Amino acid sequence: MTSLQKTEDEVMLADAARSFLDDAAPIGHLRKMRDECRTYDAELWSQMAELGWTGVLVPESAGGSDMGHAAAGILAEEMGKTLVSSPFLSTAVMAATALRQVADDRASDALRKIAEGQVIYALAVDETSKHEPDAAELAATPDGNGFRLSGTKTFACDGMAADRLLVLAKTDEGLTLFDLPANRDGINRDPMDLIDSRDAARITFEDVAATGDDVLGQVDDAMTVLKPALEAGQAALAAEMAGLAAGALDMTVGYLKERKQFGVPIGAFQALQHRAAHLWCEAEVTASAITNAGRMLDENAAEATLAVSLAKARATKTAELAVKEGVQMHGGIGMTDAYDMGFYMKRARVAAEWLGDYGYHAGKVAALRGF
Amino acid sequence: MDDLAAFRAEMRAWLDINCPEEMRDGQVTEETICWGGKRWKFTSDAQRIWLDRMAAKGWTVPSWPEAYGGGGLSRAQDKILKEEMARINARSPLESFGIWMLGPALLHFGTHEQKLEYLPPIARGEVRWCQGYSEPGAGSDLASVQTKAEIDSDHYLVNGQKVWTSYADKADWIFALVRTDKDAPKHKGISFILIDMSTEGVSTRPIRLISGKSPFCETFFDNVRTPRHQRVGDENRGWDVAKYLLTHEREMISGGGGGLLGGRPVGAVLAEMAHGLDTADRRAAAMECEVDSLAMALTLERYKDQAETQPIGDASAMLKYYGTELNKRRHELMMEGGGSDALAWDGHDGLPSDWLRTKANSIEGGTSEVMLSIISRRVLELPG
Ligand SMILES: Cc1cc2nc3c(=O)[nH]c(=O)nc-3n(C[C@H](O)[C@H](O)[C@H](O)COP(=O)(O)OP(=O)(O)OC[C@H]3O[C@@H](n4cnc5c(N)ncnc54)[C@H](O)[C@@H]3O)c2cc1C
Repeated sequence: MTSLQKTEDEVMLADAARSFLDDAAPIGHLRKMRDECRTYDAELWSQMAELGWTGVLVPESAGGSDMGHAAAGILAEEMGKTLVSSPFLSTAVMAATALRQVADDRASDALRKIAEGQVIYALAVDETSKHEPDAAELAATPDGNGFRLSGTKTFACDGMAADRLLVLAKTDEGLTLFDLPANRDGINRDPMDLIDSRDAARITFEDVAATGDDVLGQVDDAMTVLKPALEAGQAALAAEMAGLAAGALDMTVGYLKERKQFGVPIGAFQALQHRAAHLWCEAEVTASAITNAGRMLDENAAEATLAVSLAKARATKTAELAVKEGVQMHGGIGMTDAYDMGFYMKRARVAAEWLGDYGYHAGKVAALRGF
Repeated sequence: MDDLAAFRAEMRAWLDINCPEEMRDGQVTEETICWGGKRWKFTSDAQRIWLDRMAAKGWTVPSWPEAYGGGGLSRAQDKILKEEMARINARSPLESFGIWMLGPALLHFGTHEQKLEYLPPIARGEVRWCQGYSEPGAGSDLASVQTKAEIDSDHYLVNGQKVWTSYADKADWIFALVRTDKDAPKHKGISFILIDMSTEGVSTRPIRLISGKSPFCETFFDNVRTPRHQRVGDENRGWDVAKYLLTHEREMISGGGGGLLGGRPVGAVLAEMAHGLDTADRRAAAMECEVDSLAMALTLERYKDQAETQPIGDASAMLKYYGTELNKRRHELMMEGGGSDALAWDGHDGLPSDWLRTKANSIEGGTSEVMLSIISRRVLELPG
């Protein structure tokens, strides 16, 4: 496997991403969108398309930059540092990975549109408060040559901005993945008003007509297409959370050096030093799992489940610790909306649940380790 | 029938007749608490009637002396009152910083005149108080407060700024720490004074919390004239009053450590959530939370029993530390149990907002770090 250190190209990619994002989407950008009650920024998305980010996993033949999963993770990590809000994970990572599993003209058309920034996808997978794709119940009943879909989905991230939905449904002999336009008759979307100020929808399907052409991959075999997509998303989300933790740690260490009480910077108190140092250790251990997941997806995707779940489990704990310590070590100011730390705490909680919580992924690790 | 049994029977009968039906829902939320004060708008007639009836008996502050608006109850009687109220799910008729913080300090340090003037309106819910301790430069290092009070014949002239003042925009009066001697060592130049918030020169600006609510403020004093007789305790000895009051504040904040409001086990709340308890790890965490909560509730009781004969003092740091950390843990667990349903602001009756608010529990009233320092230095007598 390629080195677990970032390659020179990767370091350059991270630097370039950082300087673009510091300018185009610092944390104040999310705050501004929140204050304006907006959850999607079309301009930022088209800039990401110009940079080749939306096509990070799109083959060059379909106009993509095809940089791979490790690179997608590096972008996600940089986005995490300043809590950049965009449909990058839903569309550029998960939908693109799903579409790549299918070799037909329609899929490559869709991939081309993703690379161009012309389409936004959301995954409609979860139906209850926890991620459990295998338990999907939304029914796709045979109807002539096609299907009728009825049921509800929740926590569809980027679901309000989406032009298209990847909908996981139950068919006669298994689960089937549909690729539907979000405005098809019978589909109703409601915004969820999440604490992280980002886009998520509850979606109801009332007798929605679908044809065999709307099926992505094979009927009754959603997971061949969906599993790689979810794993790509989980790895990238873990990278985003590692970035989030780094952003929160950075802000906290900065504050420890600057805030004075009892005549000294509070960072001089060993009680705080040791906790900051501990947090840094956790972040280091998590970083290895993040890079490893990206490498595995690029080099041996069929065997990447353990690496991906390890990364998401670790990142969840590290981000949670980083934001708890972040607020606590800031004292009163950390509790104020005017200060940014709260945004980190809220995003960490949402990201902890998205695409499987700690227990879900730690459980996978345990099972794959044979216990 | 012994005296206490007779007291219980009498109490039960009185509550039966006097506690309005609407006040028997066991609700204790930001929306249902009665804080009182000059500008208080009762949410219902029942809330007003309940307060009036309880205040007339002195049972808004059951253990305060009758002369100052209290009920003059013994610890044993007070417990019976609490038990009988809990039995019918009665709401608390009144909560306030006057009851929890200023009252105990005045009872201990105030003159008879001050007690007569300030305590009964607190007991009746007529005057609402806020706490002017923290400043931008004086948080954990509280004794470095800079707001100054200069003597101007029989008045103080107060200038400076407080921060994180909870409910300053709703309060009628503020108890504040001010510097009356800038040359003395920092603990020895502080006085504890009471300021009417309607005095010219007092202003407030609300600060929004990460939970989306705005319960606290910046408070500014610009040449505020305050009579010197509104000082509690001796001039430049305000630190003693401040510390004593803090032990009561810490006890109040630690109250949340004993369990969820309404007394339900966290596991019962999780059990009602779609996937709340369906993994072994969350079940184990809920069990541990319950074990710790029950033991903590007993500890709160034990310390109250002890307070009958000797002040809790530095041990209040333990209650505050343990209680608030436990309360945070419990809310983390509920957020995890709620999963994506608990990520929307309106999810699970506003749980996300409550969860975010608990993060302040280990900051307000002295941080967890400060509590642990007090325990290590003063209880364990470690060097440093
Ligand atoms: C919701 C809320 C309500 C509040 N209400 C009021 C109110 O009504 N009235 C009022 O006066 N104040 C109020 N406060 C203020 C509160 O008391 C202070 O925030 C608190 O004392 C901490 O001070 P600080 O915010 O300045 O943090 P700092 O003192 O700057 O602390 C920052 C961090 O450094 C740590 N630290 C500081 N010194 C040490 C040390 N020696 N060793 C180890 N760690 C240390 C702290 O524990 C904390 O983690 C409120 C605060 C909150 C959050």
